Amino acid sequence: MASNQESLDALKDIKALMEKSSRFISLSGLAGVFSGIFALIGAWAAWWRTNSQVWVVRAQDTDLGTGEILQVDWSVVWFLLIDAALVFSLSVLVSYYFSKKKAEKVGQDVWGPHSKQMLINLSLPLITGGLFCAILFYHGLIGLIAPTTLIFYGIALLNAGKFSFEEISYLGMSEILLGLIGLVFKGQGLLFWGLGFGVLHIVYGVLMYTRHDR
Amino acid sequence: MKSIIHQLDKAFENRIRLGVMSVLCVNEWVEFKELKKLLDVTDGNLASHITALEKKEYIEVRKRFVGKKPNTSFAVTKSGRKAFEDHLSALESLLKHGA
Repeated sequence: MASNQESLDALKDIKALMEKSSRFISLSGLAGVFSGIFALIGAWAAWWRTNSQVWVVRAQDTDLGTGEILQVDWSVVWFLLIDAALVFSLSVLVSYYFSKKKAEKVGQDVWGPHSKQMLINLSLPLITGGLFCAILFYHGLIGLIAPTTLIFYGIALLNAGKFSFEEISYLGMSEILLGLIGLVFKGQGLLFWGLGFGVLHIVYGVLMYTRHDR
Repeated sequence: MKSIIHQLDKAFENRIRLGVMSVLCVNEWVEFKELKKLLDVTDGNLASHITALEKKEYIEVRKRFVGKKPNTSFAVTKSGRKAFEDHLSALESLLKHGA
């Protein structure tokens, strides 16, 4: 009849199968660490490019609290967009690489029903946030863009966290909180951006790596 | 301790059946193909255990066509979930009190 060891093994099997079949557990903590490093480099580059010059001139504040953009140095805008796109694509690439490696280890498909669900739940708030920020720029509310990206990214993670490790949800809540604080302290956008996309990713990446990768 | 052992459901004594129930309890509908891959078993082996669980009405089967390919999915029934949860509690109390 069932001995202690057998019952224990059975329960372990059950737990592992439940996790493997219902959540995307191939996400690697290293993906977070590297994305964080790329974000810090990207934030530094953005600071270096915008620090020494006035690149946007706005009209005096209107009753909406917004200032119409009179003049923009588009080369700076392009630099920032390319900078952000580079950080984003390098992070996606490195996340895919480490997740694929981990997927082989845990015996899960890197492109299965759960990673798909997770990505859909991640991308809808992200796309909304991207459009929202483009509209902020259109209205001249440039100082609000960086913290707003943090808030939408946080909501996206919170949404996607249901399909992966719970740390993803906690990271999402932290990003939202940081974004809200960033909105209060206007003009420190890059600092908060670096904290949110850089430092938080590295901290949670290390946490996830120690908890789930070994 | 005899009473606890009696609470263990004979239908779940096999590892594959236990595996099928574990997967179905945390998902809505799962395809045969997906189950096979998760449990790492052969078609025939999985089919026979699924039939056994189906007979006890612990799982329900949905057959339909996706294009021209037949597609079979499974879900846990209410009584199946209850039986599985009872089985798990029995396993847990066995661990706590020893057998």
